[in-house]
Amino acid sequence: MILNEELKKLSKLARIEISEEELGGLGKDINSILDYIGQITQINPSTTELYSGYGAGADKNLRNVMREDENPHEGGEFSDDLLNEAPNKENKYVKVKKIL
Amino acid sequence: MPKNIKEAHKHLIDGDFSSEELTKECLKIIKEKNKNINAYLEVFEKSALKQADEADKKIKEGNCTELTGIPLAIKDNILIKGKKVSAGSKILEGYTATYDATVIEKLKNAGAVFLGRTNMDEFAMGSSTETSAFGVTRNPLDTERVPGGSSGGSASAVAMNSCLGALGSDTAGSIRQPSSFCGLVGLKPTYGSVSRNGLIALGSSLDVIGPIAKTVSDVEIIFNIIKGKDELDSTSISQNHKISKSQNQEEKTIGVPSFVNEIDGLDNFTKNNFNESVKKLEKLGYKIKEISLPNIKYAVPAYYIFLPAEASANLARFDGVRYGLHENGKNGIDDYFKTRGAGFGKEVRRRIIIGTYVLSAGYYDAYYNKAQTVRELIKKDFEEAFKEVDAIITPTTTGPAFKIGEKINDPIKMYLEDIFTGPANHAGLPAISIPSNKKPDGNFESGLPLGLQIIASHTREDVLFEISKNFLGEK
Repeated sequence: MILNEELKKLSKLARIEISEEELGGLGKDINSILDYIGQITQINPSTTELYSGYGAGADKNLRNVMREDENPHEGGEFSDDLLNEAPNKENKYVKVKKIL
Repeated sequence: MPKNIKEAHKHLIDGDFSSEELTKECLKIIKEKNKNINAYLEVFEKSALKQADEADKKIKEGNCTELTGIPLAIKDNILIKGKKVSAGSKILEGYTATYDATVIEKLKNAGAVFLGRTNMDEFAMGSSTETSAFGVTRNPLDTERVPGGSSGGSASAVAMNSCLGALGSDTAGSIRQPSSFCGLVGLKPTYGSVSRNGLIALGSSLDVIGPIAKTVSDVEIIFNIIKGKDELDSTSISQNHKISKSQNQEEKTIGVPSFVNEIDGLDNFTKNNFNESVKKLEKLGYKIKEISLPNIKYAVPAYYIFLPAEASANLARFDGVRYGLHENGKNGIDDYFKTRGAGFGKEVRRRIIIGTYVLSAGYYDAYYNKAQTVRELIKKDFEEAFKEVDAIITPTTTGPAFKIGEKINDPIKMYLEDIFTGPANHAGLPAISIPSNKKPDGNFESGLPLGLQIIASHTREDVLFEISKNFLGEK
């Protein structure tokens, strides 16, 4: 069960502004979803089956895909196109509010 | 309007009509029907006619593929250079793609014509196309009903005869479920067989682009053009294994999972239709074998743990700084809060919050790791099953298309739409949905279409195509 305080904390972590009016409805939905997905915490796989991430014991089919660090594209080739998408820009920079 | 891609291709080659004429006909139908159906968010009239003109030249030169001059619709989460793309969300307001997705580049090279971008659930989060920020899409077969989702716009575009095929994306059923609801054929290819470069990400370990069309052959034609290893997607794979003829001619065994008949909420019509499909396949010469997939009951709850986890990470990039919507706040950080608060819709917020929750320190082991374990167990279940069978069948959904508004206020009900389709994504397996109650006259028994899902082992799309063609009597 997630309370409003925790919901506020999560929305802060996720950087989404959620209004006070929305909290109630969102909390209700999220608690019913957590109830539902919670059935998974009940299953008890043996330790050998327990997912062990991508370290030791991970799926043997997993492998890294590497490439040589070579043949870069021409500098500035895409800059104008990409900068044109920024909501705020100045000259060749994306503009943001001051940080310090 | 020709009935399918194969037929249209023949007419184009024979000179019965040009791609320009065909494209104009499609544009006319869109003008007539889209206002009511809302399948397309934007129609590329000018560029489509230009592409058609180029295609006509290629056809005259005899330099063409089966897709040259064929009008297609593209889901709004696949990038086409110079075109707007929004993933059905307000947060990408004003964004224009700066490059072509790999699938788009491949289709352009093949000479296809892009009619427009199609509506979808916001960031592909939904099963009804009702969570789009740009209004619901209606099912052309019954406008009171949803077309399914999240690729509902693509399915509706094909079903309203405004194009000959469409691209969708599938994370837990987003191609197969709308194809089922609209009486079409939809393929979710093997994970990695089609490049994700240029697809707006939802769950990167599950997402795959695939075709929706009217026939199995059409879906196969599109798949063969868009598949292949791509340097720009390191999870992509090549499918270069050769399938020997003798192997093809062997009698195939089809597995029927025991859980299908145990599912609550499977309506009688669907249950009966499924059992009839099993009999039909038996009559066609396939061996039927009951199989058990013991962990599949946990597929949906596990999915709604690791999908929000992946989505919350993928959607962190929408910050109002580099592209899309920007809302002004008190300071830089507040800009993020305001932009994301205004730009993301209800379902997206829910999933980002859930994803943040299950990844947070205290809950990571209880939820995320458990869900990943379930995913491994489901993969193993399938591996075991495919030792005994060549394909597995289930209904695509628990019932036909539901009414607009019927499930939108109950997230769990909506999530359960994935019950049959999700497991193939967990395991990266190819799966297809084909209409299972289509009558010879083209109508559907008892009114609304139902889908039969066929799942094969990795890279065995050929098995899906073969069984589907036999089932539908396609040559």
